[in-house]
Amino acid sequence: MKQKVIILSPKDNVATALTDLKAGDTLELAVGGHKKVIKLGADVPFGHKLSLSRIELGSPVVKYGEVIGISTALIEPGDYVHIHNIASARGRGDLEGGAK
Amino acid sequence: MSFLGYPRPKGLVGARNHIGVISTVGCANDVTWWITQQVKGCTPFLHGQGCTQTQPDLDQVTRTLVSLGWNPNLAGVLLVSLGCESVLVDKIADGIAESGKPVDKVVLQKAGGATSAVNQGTRIVKAMMTEASGVKREEFPDSEMVLGVKCGASDTTSGLVSNPATGAACDLLIDSGGTCIFGETTEFIGAEHVLAKRAATPEVAQKIMEIVSRMEQRVTAMGVDMRGGQPTTGNIAGGLSTIEEKSLGAIAKGGTRPINAVYEYGERPQGKGLFIVDTPGREPEFLTAVAAAGAQVIIFSTGLGAPQGFPFVPVIKVTGNPNTYNRLPEHLDVFVELGDGNSTAEMGQTLYQEALAVASGKQTKAEIIGYGNFPNIFTTGPVI
Repeated sequence: MKQKVIILSPKDNVATALTDLKAGDTLELAVGGHKKVIKLGADVPFGHKLSLSRIELGSPVVKYGEVIGISTALIEPGDYVHIHNIASARGRGDLEGGAK
Repeated sequence: MSFLGYPRPKGLVGARNHIGVISTVGCANDVTWWITQQVKGCTPFLHGQGCTQTQPDLDQVTRTLVSLGWNPNLAGVLLVSLGCESVLVDKIADGIAESGKPVDKVVLQKAGGATSAVNQGTRIVKAMMTEASGVKREEFPDSEMVLGVKCGASDTTSGLVSNPATGAACDLLIDSGGTCIFGETTEFIGAEHVLAKRAATPEVAQKIMEIVSRMEQRVTAMGVDMRGGQPTTGNIAGGLSTIEEKSLGAIAKGGTRPINAVYEYGERPQGKGLFIVDTPGREPEFLTAVAAAGAQVIIFSTGLGAPQGFPFVPVIKVTGNPNTYNRLPEHLDVFVELGDGNSTAEMGQTLYQEALAVASGKQTKAEIIGYGNFPNIFTTGPVI
């Protein structure tokens, strides 16, 4: 695989790493038809996600063109996106009111 | 296209020619296992259910055992019972007998103990095996194929590569007039609206939403976040952050064709086409449901490397993760790689050809090393 990351839908605000990426790496990507330069703020291992845009706290995180969770922190472009900054909106018996 | 299968009564076609030795209850597992060690070509079905459970669970266990007995990869069935269990061995035997294949039983408490039960059961299975070994493979069109699909030990490559490839194989089979079964309802959570759009009728769409809601309610009733259980710790290490993300990748393995019906756990789908069976995602319970649904062959997509097969249904392991394929060649049958000119359609064709070859007799890695003797049956109520 020569491609370093994959963006699955033009609606997505995250991309998936197809190789181990390092903090400080710069990626030139076509995001929603526009060329965009993303500088990584942290290491992103193979198969893990990085942000393509600024995602405000409590906002939808989108992959496959669908919502995969809600941000639990402000996420900047190039940030590593995983369980430390996004949460599921489903199967949440820990939250008052339970599921959606 | 076609494959070489074993003709069975009721117009069914088997990919294997085993005698199934099936425990009706966890207490009979040892006798079941010992019988299968005496006769080549017979396979055990062991599980931990069948007694001191509430009626809905006992019904589910009974239904599942009957359906397993119907699986066309079995030429005959011996039921192994303790004698005092809640499920009724005669009811299960009658249900399997309707398939037209030979079925018999051995009951430990009536046989005079485990040793007598093993001797009695071994004699029965030997006779069934002698009969079954005379059946020859014949050519059948691929429209007679019943394929189960599953993903497990998933990482991000599952959703990107091996699940879409499995889905493409599913589409090829549906387009040929065959049958494909998928499930893992927990892994529809967050993606159910995508599946519901593919429902053949509004009733099927509603049923998809219902089974997802029912599964999610079982989870939330526990009062905790499901993360860690689903997605699993391994899924998270592999890059999957939430159940929604896992689900959106997981549903790709069911392809893109219309969903004809949704069945309860342990039921046998009627007719041909694409079906959902309501199941959890965990392997021992899921593989049983797909075998009960009549699958001759299962394609199992994995990212991190799942080793298990099923006692009498061959399970083809496919991965899109090159590191996993290189690390676990003992367990993985097919590697599919995205990029550099490999389209999902081509990967689907590769998997489809492998499924036909396995249906015709090619052994899977799990069959060769005999991995997969400990399945289970899904129940939802308490043990009482």
